[in-house]
Amino acid sequence: MSTLAIEVNGLRKRFGKQTVLDGINLAVAKGTIFALLGPNGAGKTTLIHILSTLTEPDSGHARIDGYDVVGDRKEVRNSISLTGQFAAVDEVLTGEENLKMMCRLSGLSVKESSARTAELLKSFDLAGAAGKRVKTYSGGMRRKLDLAVSLVVHRPVLFLDEPTTGLDTISRRALWDIILRLKQQGMTIFLTTQYLEEADQLADTIAVINRGRVVASGTADELKARVSGEVIELRNGNDELLRTVPTSGGIEDVRHKLNEIAHSFASDTRISIRKPSMDDVFLALTAKETEAALV
Amino acid sequence: MKTSPSMLPKPASFTATNLIFIGRSLRHSLRNVEALIMAIMLPILLMLLFTYVFGGAIDPTGDYVNYVVPGIILLCAGFGSSSTAVDVATDMTNGIIDRFRTMPIRSVSVVAGHVAASLARNLLATCIVIGVALLVGFRPSAGAWEWIAALGVIILFILTYTWLFAAIGLVTGSPSAASGYGFALLFLPYLSSAFVPTNTMPSWLQGFANHQPVTPVIETIRGLLAGTPIGDNGWWAISWCAAILLIALVWCAIAFRRKSGRR
Repeated sequence: MSTLAIEVNGLRKRFGKQTVLDGINLAVAKGTIFALLGPNGAGKTTLIHILSTLTEPDSGHARIDGYDVVGDRKEVRNSISLTGQFAAVDEVLTGEENLKMMCRLSGLSVKESSARTAELLKSFDLAGAAGKRVKTYSGGMRRKLDLAVSLVVHRPVLFLDEPTTGLDTISRRALWDIILRLKQQGMTIFLTTQYLEEADQLADTIAVINRGRVVASGTADELKARVSGEVIELRNGNDELLRTVPTSGGIEDVRHKLNEIAHSFASDTRISIRKPSMDDVFLALTAKETEAALV
Repeated sequence: MKTSPSMLPKPASFTATNLIFIGRSLRHSLRNVEALIMAIMLPILLMLLFTYVFGGAIDPTGDYVNYVVPGIILLCAGFGSSSTAVDVATDMTNGIIDRFRTMPIRSVSVVAGHVAASLARNLLATCIVIGVALLVGFRPSAGAWEWIAALGVIILFILTYTWLFAAIGLVTGSPSAASGYGFALLFLPYLSSAFVPTNTMPSWLQGFANHQPVTPVIETIRGLLAGTPIGDNGWWAISWCAAILLIALVWCAIAFRRKSGRR
């Protein structure tokens, strides 16, 4: 049996004259977190819409748990759960009513629905707001409810389209914890994000997408290794960044670079050597693409 | 660990799905307090307005109330069902429709839920119209069968209008656009025999007023309740409503498929 939860081969999609996806290939192993990283308009949401049966591709194939997203739509819908970019909850209903409605639609009995709703409200720390209308919820609470609604019955593959966009740091970290917990329970999670840190923190594998193409993929470390060398950072006593200097990281090169610049900085300047961040990687990868497109 | 779909509970049946969505829409109706007050106040105000303000000028004998009741029922049904366009458009622009569509259920039932709630709201408004009418002097001649038949025609008309508004809600891009486009439909009862006999209108307008769908519906309800001759209006009323209803249903089905895939 295949160990892949998601397989994508040569997927293309155009809207009118605009090519949104230009031959996407991806593979996501079962029980892992996969992050699709890209700027606005890169095609992330379109890809999620195709994988979750909302939109049909023009050409190419995609399989979820072995089921084709076009041919076996019904089986795919039984295998997935989607949390879209905008909180997909009913604002007029209360949190509890939202969960109960989704439980009932998923085929649970009235009694099972109440039990499952209570369980989810508790584990998502929403019990206190259960009887309040969603309209009054904060962004973080809404997102948590949104995620809870996706989990009323166990579906092996979860799609999260920009799950933490617009959230404050505390809510974002709370959501990260939940996502990691879901992975421990054996779910496969496919998320899109604009935040490099998020992909770095959560994902087992990352694909960087730009202009409808996958420009790089691999683990966070593999991607970082693609930007060669390391970086020397110089900071003053107040921890303000004064300068960054590229280096191979070898002792000879570091000494040489420091000798060159040491005289122009105060004696209490502190140095550190770091690996390139995901930001460096992302900028390098997408800049290359944009340059190529301009030529 | 493989979790096969067969281990999941069977998704809600078609009937259960519809009932769940009807429940949802009824909750929406009850919580939209402004709209609910409007749905109750409008029939009362219109009934009083047409009986006491316009009625004396239109028919000095004071018998106007017996003429105007069917018209006010339809006018209120038009207003009451127009909010369906907004409800449907709101759902379609919100992420919730994507969630429903990625579930193994018939997601178009979400529209059916709004239609059922509109029917419930409008029947409440109809009861209020009839209740107020009786208080201000309405004396229908209808027996039990005529009442049932009249109610049947009213329900058919409400469903026709509501599905049309649902289709408008599906094809317009936003809730505010949806509320704007329904205007022409709300205007139709005024250009019919709802408030004055069509033979009092200029001849160019009579042509339209006599041959538009609302007039036979009005004449049928009036005939059933007040005993005026119905003639072939009954068949015209049912044919018009059935044809428009069918078009609206097909339009909804097509628009729903197209719209929800396009976002």
